[in-house]
Amino acid sequence: MSMILILEQMLNGIQFGVMLFLMAAGLTLVFGVMGLINLAHGSLYMVGAFAAAAVANATGSFLLGLAASLCAAAAAGALVEVLVIRRLYDRDHLDQVLATFALILIFSEGTRWLFGSFPLYLNIPDYLKGAVTLPGGVQYPLYRLSIILVGLAVAAALYLLISKTRLGVQIRAGENDREMIAALGVDISKLYTLVFALGAALAGLAGALVGAVQSVQVGMGEPVLIMAFVVIVIGGIGSIKGALVAAILVGLTEKLGGLLLVEMLSTFIEMSEAQSVGAIFSSMLIYILMAAVLIVKPTGLYGRSL
Amino acid sequence: MAESMLSVQGISKSFAALQASNNISLELKKGEIHALIGPNGAGKSTLIKQISGELKPDAGQVLFNGQDITALSAVKRARLGLARTFQISSLAMEDTVLQNVVLGALGARGQVFRFFRPALHDATLMDIAEAALQRVGLESHADTRTAALSHGQRRQLEVAVALSLQPKAFVMDEPMAGLGGGGSKRLTDFLAELRHEAPILLVEHDMDAVFALADRISVLVYGELIATGTVEEIRNNAEVRRAYLGEEE
Amino acid sequence: MSFINSLSRESWINLSLCIVLCAVPLWAWLSDQPFTLTLCTRVAILALAGVGLNIALGVGGLVSLGHAAFFGLGGYAMGILASHAQSYTPLMEAPFLLEGTKSMPLIWLTAMTVSALAAVFIGALSLRTSGVYFIMITLAFAQMFYYFAISWLAYGGEDGLSIYVRNGFPGLNTLDPLQFMLLTYAVLALALWFYHRLAKSSFGLALNAARQSPARVQAVGITRYNVQLVAIVLSASITGLAGALFADLNRFVSPTMFSWQTSGEIMVFVILGGVGRLFGPVAGAALFILLEHQLGGLSEFWHIYLGLLLLLVVLFARGGIIGTLAGREQANG
Repeated sequence: MSMILILEQMLNGIQFGVMLFLMAAGLTLVFGVMGLINLAHGSLYMVGAFAAAAVANATGSFLLGLAASLCAAAAAGALVEVLVIRRLYDRDHLDQVLATFALILIFSEGTRWLFGSFPLYLNIPDYLKGAVTLPGGVQYPLYRLSIILVGLAVAAALYLLISKTRLGVQIRAGENDREMIAALGVDISKLYTLVFALGAALAGLAGALVGAVQSVQVGMGEPVLIMAFVVIVIGGIGSIKGALVAAILVGLTEKLGGLLLVEMLSTFIEMSEAQSVGAIFSSMLIYILMAAVLIVKPTGLYGRSL
Repeated sequence: MAESMLSVQGISKSFAALQASNNISLELKKGEIHALIGPNGAGKSTLIKQISGELKPDAGQVLFNGQDITALSAVKRARLGLARTFQISSLAMEDTVLQNVVLGALGARGQVFRFFRPALHDATLMDIAEAALQRVGLESHADTRTAALSHGQRRQLEVAVALSLQPKAFVMDEPMAGLGGGGSKRLTDFLAELRHEAPILLVEHDMDAVFALADRISVLVYGELIATGTVEEIRNNAEVRRAYLGEEE
Repeated sequence: MSFINSLSRESWINLSLCIVLCAVPLWAWLSDQPFTLTLCTRVAILALAGVGLNIALGVGGLVSLGHAAFFGLGGYAMGILASHAQSYTPLMEAPFLLEGTKSMPLIWLTAMTVSALAAVFIGALSLRTSGVYFIMITLAFAQMFYYFAISWLAYGGEDGLSIYVRNGFPGLNTLDPLQFMLLTYAVLALALWFYHRLAKSSFGLALNAARQSPARVQAVGITRYNVQLVAIVLSASITGLAGALFADLNRFVSPTMFSWQTSGEIMVFVILGGVGRLFGPVAGAALFILLEHQLGGLSEFWHIYLGLLLLLVVLFARGGIIGTLAGREQANG
């Protein structure tokens, strides 16, 4: 098996991981600041993808599509926060799960009603088409490379936002003691709406970026959401750093893990056997990783000890 | 010389830079009420948690009824007969008074994994539960939801649940908290009788109750035990007056 | 007379539900409408899945978003055993001969055992955490089974597995819709009886208390982890049994049985009916099937209305149908 294939899958793993990070960061921010688990996050991912596809196809501009995805997802997030989410902050997790599950139903069927059941296509813009030759002789699609760069840039921007700005201070304070910041006179409801919309924008951006590589269709968000949960469990809830580390780890395991597993198996069974067995178990690798972390450190790699 | 029921030997515990418990040793003898007093932040809760098993000490031992229980979990200590009441009532609020007490009885007897017999039809459990309720005076409220009880009644229920464990010793964390004059008096009389069944380690701020009830008093200040003795000895102890009773004025 | 007086409001509602659920199929049988009999069977099987979840969720307060894992395991237990039986090939030959079977009792036993074993594994890991982590982990493990089923091509993968003839139960003609329906009704009744006894037992008291006050339970000498783990295992077995029956009803098994949508749906009917109530899953499943049938006929986007209904119930009528109609639960007696 060639080095090139490994490098390629490694890059795919990082690209996938960076997308998972965008999802997980939003989720973990919302949980850290508001104590709320949001199942509808996958719907916001989907809204971003649909907005990008609709606008890009109508105007011919990919960049306009991306901008639309950020706006649409943030707006959807803010709307949902004001109408539904803010009634849930004081409720227990079961209520939050049920209410946000209800939102999934409404968003999914609503989108299907608006756009139909067939997938939409979002095209990679011409200036991002083609491949780039990287050191080591790997030919890697320019677009996927851009996703990695955009994702890392967003991670850096988030880091700056949280550690250097006033909003960031409020977020960190809110994560530590929710009652305290209210007592300090911070406008809690505005802060919460803002944080929720920020998380939604991140999800929408991820949806739009991925939408050009895969198709844009109803239900595309939930599998990503569940994987983002795996990332959060591994990384530790409330920790953005943990989300980044865990996301890359999960991405690499998902893309590279299967390959390495087949390689390992083929040393003692036949290649075709190894491939079919490998295919079955490679889909389970990230969950085995999650189980391992749970055994060793139940609160996640960077999570606070309970 | 009465036997020791509960013995704390050289318990130490620190949280980062804070030494919450510093080489504390004390004993609870059979038939006595041993009061533990000290200003806020002295480390009384931390010590209680290390006795009940909710916290593990960094050093030292806890002996109960002759057995070393330092390594045992809180659950195991409860089964061995160490009953604990909480400063802030910790009860199953949706359940009735009776259900809370029956829970105590079945927990102590290790009867958890019975799936078919209704708990409230079990004669043994019901006898223990009803007896406990009668002793604290709550038997007319057996079917009341705990959430509907007054604060004083909930404190009574805490004691009733502890009784249903049929314990060998009690560790009570501020049982008088929030009780008015009448309630305090009733509980004081009750505890005075109770000591003969099982000794009580009593953490309290209500100094009237302490001086009325305690056979011995230990004083905890900044994680250290500065004095142990009878009521008279403690009253006359200069260091104690300075550190604690003086501040009370 | 005094018996009638002593029945609580909830008991009256439960009784009414029973009457309706018996009257409808009786009318359907008399007017020769086998489709309605099948609908009632569906209600019973989904209710059974909900009764299982209700043990963990209703009594124990354990928000398992991954109960589809057990539903699917039960279904695939049936699918695998029956498909080997219908093709006359054994499951394995070494180290010992294991053949398929089309006998329902054996299939049910297998389904329940497999689900219970999976629950030990999943429960042991998820109970090391609490709150939000627990929800995410149970969801993730169900998803793991979903992807596993998709990639296991030997049993159909994404396309699923068809079982041509319904499995057999000694003494019954299971192909007859009425007999199959009565069989599932009997299983549901048994499960409801078990839930009722469990809720009133020492175990039920301990599990319920563990939900309300972990500190209290610890202080009386009960290990919360053990109690909750056993609850998850019992809960899983019943949902697994429902999965096997569901597969038999449709004569079809597919990875969808493991999906997050299925987990969500089971939870939705328990909530709509009344979480923690004996007949909650029954009321919820009946309502769900009714909505699916009636609203689904009107609009293919009926899930929007289901979502709105769920939202309203969660925000304003938390006790579900039975909770709203019957008021607070009767505790003692």
